Amino acid sequence: MEFPESNEKRKKLGQAIMFGLSRGISYGIVALLFLILFFIVKQGIGVISWEFLTAMPTDGMTKGGIWPAIVGTVYLVLGSMLFAFPVGVMAGIYVNEYAVAGPVKRFVKMMTNNLAGVPSIIFGLFGMALFVNQMGFGASILAGSLTLGLLALPIVIRTTEEALKSVDDTFRQASYALGGSKLYTIRKVVLPIALPNILTGLILAVGRVSGETAPILFTVAAYFLPKLPSSIMDQAMALPYHLYVISTSGTQIEASRPMAYGTALVLVVIVLIVNIAAALLRNYFGKKVKMN
Amino acid sequence: MRIRRFTEPVFESLIKICGYSSGFVVLLIIVFLFKEGISFFGSSPVEEGFTMYVHASNPVKDLSAAQIKDVFDQKITNWKALGGADQPIERFSLDELGEAFTEEQLGKDFEFLPKCIDSYMDSLPGSLAFFPSAQTDGKVKSAVPIKIDKITVGKFLSDTEWFPTSRPAARMGVMPLLLGTLLVSFFAIIIALPLGLAAAVYLAEIADERVRKFLKPVIELLAGIPSVVYGFFGLVVIVPLVQSTFNLPVGETALAGSIVLAIMALPTIITVSEDALRTTPRAMKEASLALGASQWQTIRKVVVPYASSGITAAAILGIGRAIGETMAALMVTGNSAIMPPTLLQPVRTIPATIAAELGEAPFGGLHFQALFALGCLLFIITLIISLLVERVSAKRIN
Repeated sequence: MEFPESNEKRKKLGQAIMFGLSRGISYGIVALLFLILFFIVKQGIGVISWEFLTAMPTDGMTKGGIWPAIVGTVYLVLGSMLFAFPVGVMAGIYVNEYAVAGPVKRFVKMMTNNLAGVPSIIFGLFGMALFVNQMGFGASILAGSLTLGLLALPIVIRTTEEALKSVDDTFRQASYALGGSKLYTIRKVVLPIALPNILTGLILAVGRVSGETAPILFTVAAYFLPKLPSSIMDQAMALPYHLYVISTSGTQIEASRPMAYGTALVLVVIVLIVNIAAALLRNYFGKKVKMN
Repeated sequence: MRIRRFTEPVFESLIKICGYSSGFVVLLIIVFLFKEGISFFGSSPVEEGFTMYVHASNPVKDLSAAQIKDVFDQKITNWKALGGADQPIERFSLDELGEAFTEEQLGKDFEFLPKCIDSYMDSLPGSLAFFPSAQTDGKVKSAVPIKIDKITVGKFLSDTEWFPTSRPAARMGVMPLLLGTLLVSFFAIIIALPLGLAAAVYLAEIADERVRKFLKPVIELLAGIPSVVYGFFGLVVIVPLVQSTFNLPVGETALAGSIVLAIMALPTIITVSEDALRTTPRAMKEASLALGASQWQTIRKVVVPYASSGITAAAILGIGRAIGETMAALMVTGNSAIMPPTLLQPVRTIPATIAAELGEAPFGGLHFQALFALGCLLFIITLIISLLVERVSAKRIN
């Protein structure tokens, strides 16, 4: 009886250690997130003021505010969503409602996956080659929005597809039985049910696009502009690019550090708001939209 | 009703077109990337619009870009090292001519340049000259243009030096960038995989529902933080930490990059492997428990092996993300193309190189094309990775 008992003890001890370890690591990762957030909030909160949010940068980006970068990011997000949202939603409708299971559908899904896996700097290269040079838009809000729109496309397609998939087939059949055509059914029955989940995807895409830097490096971003952009053919400043330049390549990196913390805080707050909004929407309607 | 009969087919074909949009975009990316990238191969590494000449009597008739760079860096000073006669190499270009001749002698638009080169060249049989092609093409008698090896795919992949702006001949070897990228990415996964796997096991098997409902969204939030914020965090926190811990002259190292990329890869690894762990059939777990195995033994011997292909997919996906990551790598790795790259030295990754240099590369020039060739390479690597992931995850279903 000695042996099995000690074996049992060892088993229990081993389990306790490993459970403790994996619990510790999990909480450690969460702690890391809070550490990053806490650090940025602590360093950046002192900089945030009405002036910081609404004034132009001055004194070689060491003073003033980030207003043009905020405006630029808003333009880019709006522009990219104007493109990605309709195209992405229709593509999602095609994949889930029209495409027949088979090689074509598999191919379309594979391409969406591949597009989602393309590194963001490749979108930057591509946007520069196609929109900036080939189409002659130059570095402009138009070129940047289209580039970011392409990047957001697979996110919108996938969430739309998942949202439509969660709509029970009985709704469609009921509509068909009442004489509704396929498109009419999608428009009047399927889309309204799936709408909250589709919107969750849209919000997540907004979050992703507002933080992307590499695709806008060569397609739109300006180091410093003394005035706000007046048309879609103008260059613009943008929050993530602004954070990048003032933290690495400014003329007075040390002096502009507080500005960098402030910009990072604004970016993080935007992302947090977006993610929390998506989570609330998702919880409120009680359906899960998966991202990966 | 009649209107709808017309509008419906229009809408439906629009939907169909949009359905193919992602495939179309991938195709466009390939076309535009490779159009620029491929024209890079077969071009000459010598600065555009310039020709290199040697004295007509010189037996050396062709050189490589590496040899030219060594000559101009004064690492090679004798023709003997290049397979020629034992005589010193005299480099000369417009700068030297400007000292030897007056502006009048050279002509306002350098129209007398060939004559001046001839008279200068005659006295210097060991010269290696470097002049604009437009004024000298076919007009210089004493010298012959030297043949310089064209850039090939093989040389691009195997050359160990990256000096894209060095004059007169650029060296564009992808080796230090590729090895730097792989070093940073693999080390990031070595850090992230055990941590991520432990967290995934905890979430999937150990944590109760209440804890999981709190942890999961928080971990997903990590994925939402923009990469430039991670880069900034790395720059102001991780970089100084690495520098003081290892007592280094600079903190911007491969190690700092790996740590930042590891943090960024965690959510991907956790989400994908947790999903895989959850697919383990309940019956299998219960059978193990019924045989007297502890819960941990069941996890180790049943759940993890069952999910192994999903975990592999998570690791590959994580590596893919790390390889393509641009801003964080650009901000914390120090960006110097050292060969061979090591963990405690600055390294330069492929995406960071594109991001840092494309803005300064003249449009359509050799450097510009070289960066697109880098983009092609990166695209091929990530394509292989997504195919691998698809392959590995497909195995799980069978």
